[in-house]
Amino acid sequence: MSENNIAPHAGHHIKLSDDSLQKTTTTLNLGPTHPATHGVFQNILEIDGERVMSAEPTVGYIHRAFEKIAERRPFSQIQPLTDRLNYCSSQINNIGWQTTVEKLVGIQVPKRVDYLRVIIMELARIADHVVCNSVVGVDTGALTGFTYVFQYRELIYEIYEEICGSRLTTNIGRFGGFERNFTEVAWTKLNRFMEIFPKGWLEFEKLLNRNRIFMERCLGAGPITAERALNYSFTGPNLRAAGVDYDVRVASPYCSYEDFKFDIPVGTTGDVYDRFMVRNGEIWESMNIIRQAMDKVKELDPNVYHADVPEFYLPEKKDVYTKMEALIYHFKIVMGETNILPGEIYHAVEGGNGELGFYLISDGGRTPYRLHFRRPCFIYYQAFPEIIAGGLLSDAIITMSSMNMIAGELDG
Amino acid sequence: MTNEHLKNRLTEKFGETLSGFEETYGMLTAIVPAAMNLKVMQFLYDDEALKFRFLTDIAAVHYPDRKGEELCVVYHLHNLMDNVRIRLKAYIPIDQPDIFTATALFSGANWMERETYDYFGVNFVGHPDLRRILNVDEMDYFPMRKEYPMEDPSRVDKDDEMFGRGGSF
Amino acid sequence: MGEGFFATTLDKLVGLGRKNSIWPLPFATSCCGIEFMATMGANYDLARFGSERMGFTPRQCDLLMVMGTIAKKMAPVVKQVYLQMAEPRWVIAVGACACSGGIFDSYSVLQGIDQIIPVDVYVPGCPPRPEAILDGVMRIQDLIGQESLRRRGSDQYKALLESYGIQ
Repeated sequence: MSENNIAPHAGHHIKLSDDSLQKTTTTLNLGPTHPATHGVFQNILEIDGERVMSAEPTVGYIHRAFEKIAERRPFSQIQPLTDRLNYCSSQINNIGWQTTVEKLVGIQVPKRVDYLRVIIMELARIADHVVCNSVVGVDTGALTGFTYVFQYRELIYEIYEEICGSRLTTNIGRFGGFERNFTEVAWTKLNRFMEIFPKGWLEFEKLLNRNRIFMERCLGAGPITAERALNYSFTGPNLRAAGVDYDVRVASPYCSYEDFKFDIPVGTTGDVYDRFMVRNGEIWESMNIIRQAMDKVKELDPNVYHADVPEFYLPEKKDVYTKMEALIYHFKIVMGETNILPGEIYHAVEGGNGELGFYLISDGGRTPYRLHFRRPCFIYYQAFPEIIAGGLLSDAIITMSSMNMIAGELDG
Repeated sequence: MTNEHLKNRLTEKFGETLSGFEETYGMLTAIVPAAMNLKVMQFLYDDEALKFRFLTDIAAVHYPDRKGEELCVVYHLHNLMDNVRIRLKAYIPIDQPDIFTATALFSGANWMERETYDYFGVNFVGHPDLRRILNVDEMDYFPMRKEYPMEDPSRVDKDDEMFGRGGSF
Repeated sequence: MGEGFFATTLDKLVGLGRKNSIWPLPFATSCCGIEFMATMGANYDLARFGSERMGFTPRQCDLLMVMGTIAKKMAPVVKQVYLQMAEPRWVIAVGACACSGGIFDSYSVLQGIDQIIPVDVYVPGCPPRPEAILDGVMRIQDLIGQESLRRRGSDQYKALLESYGIQ
């Protein structure tokens, strides 16, 4: 047990200067601006021919100091910050923040809000995996998949636009529910998406899944064992590709995920092909969950879209103009003068990359005392040098894109 | 395995050295003396009934009012088999913020501790490569400490009065 | 004396050629990069403006599209990429973060790339819609079409670069 726990790559990075006589490797600087690194992070590689001997990653090129900013913002103003963490699936971050604060304060949301949130989160997960898998295709040379599949992402954007007005970084939902009910047009667009997308995704899968060139390229590239993955605190599709079926939606359900039946796709070797297939499987499971949620929502009262919490949820405009308490609540919420109960909470949701955790300490004021984001991308990127050591340079590139490095979540 | 059982196992092994047991929102929290953080985590890792073999997160908090104990390093551990979480807190003084590193036990602690060092200046004794990770290398202060402002103090293009801070209001 | 008849129509001809064949260098750092990917896709299609080939090397590109937040750690890299580009070169700052720091008024974010390099067009938005990015590219096309051939050697331009510390 313990002999595997010493971080093997630490201190093993070859750091010889170019005039040293013992140096047998070439130093190659990959990044921070590079077409294949989808995001800004740098790797200094020591390569021997085509084989990567060691790597030293440098991150922080997009460090925006979220945690410091969050100490100065009222709780509802932190939601747009959470958008910008994993910006490919920003809705999951938003709803994760809302559920954290609701748990801290003790707000119970109605079932319909939970099911609508599940629909939004699973759409975000589909969007994130679509980007990741098509980019793995691009890095192996299959550019067609990317151009075709991005059209489906446009359909998802249209659904978000109908509900909250924005496409990518949506700031969707408020504490207690949604800012407006889903309109007829939104349901029409959602139904159309659910009809069209399976056919389109099946086309993409037929292009790559059992394609001999793709398989030979990706099988065995960048593997990681389950023990090393757990020791590195991996979560999400990267951990599931290594064989461990840990999913926060099942382990600690939030937003009524316990009412849904879905499978967790799991791989065996944790290589690029397994990660690709796990994400494909998760897209089909997400569509399954969305269908179940749409059926469940049909049975509930269609006018319910938020909880009755006047201290956190903006009252209706007609009440603000006529009633005194509504005016006061409106003022307090907009100016951020609502005091949150003191307390300490750690709440995690299953983001596109794994367990996205919010560690929130409130001291009873209008802003958090400390807010720490447990960012899955940051935590699993430290395993990257160990994963690519000994492999080819081109395998290092596709390993990087298959691990779905989102720079916003990496640096935060 | 309930939190009650977990608390009993910890007190029977470590006695009075662990304190501050609280259960907030379903998670047990315990305050551990800084010198014993590795012993407690190793016990939680090795014990066949407790099996806390997954490190979820390491963070730190700055309490400028607690003299002698200003920085608090917080470890979140998770037992994946029985699905139980635990939070360990270790308080250290700000003039000598030393605490043992967890990298020997969890490889994932490497960058988590570098981030905590970068933000707060916590010195993890025994860390293989303790240097800044997110901020620029030349930065000479630890920005997340409470005495430092959020904004860059040398910027000239923004009028602080308009942002509701400083100015003459 | 003015530029003369042949010189002005040559300007227009060269401008027409240049503006319809811009090769952009997408310097995508964060969320605006994803909206740029949507702009490149089939729905909004940047390629019909002549930007079919996205060059990732500064030596071959005309337009530096900075999309996303630039942190102070990244600033020297942006400046280096700008210096490696050959004249004539244009810069478009896409997104609120590249224009002025955006919502991140913190110690680690550069409050707008115009602190380090001269910018021609600013596209606000967080992230800007693909139509807005296309509008920004069209403004650049207008600028390119009307630019005089002697601009890059003029004293005004040299003074502009001097003010940024670029020789």
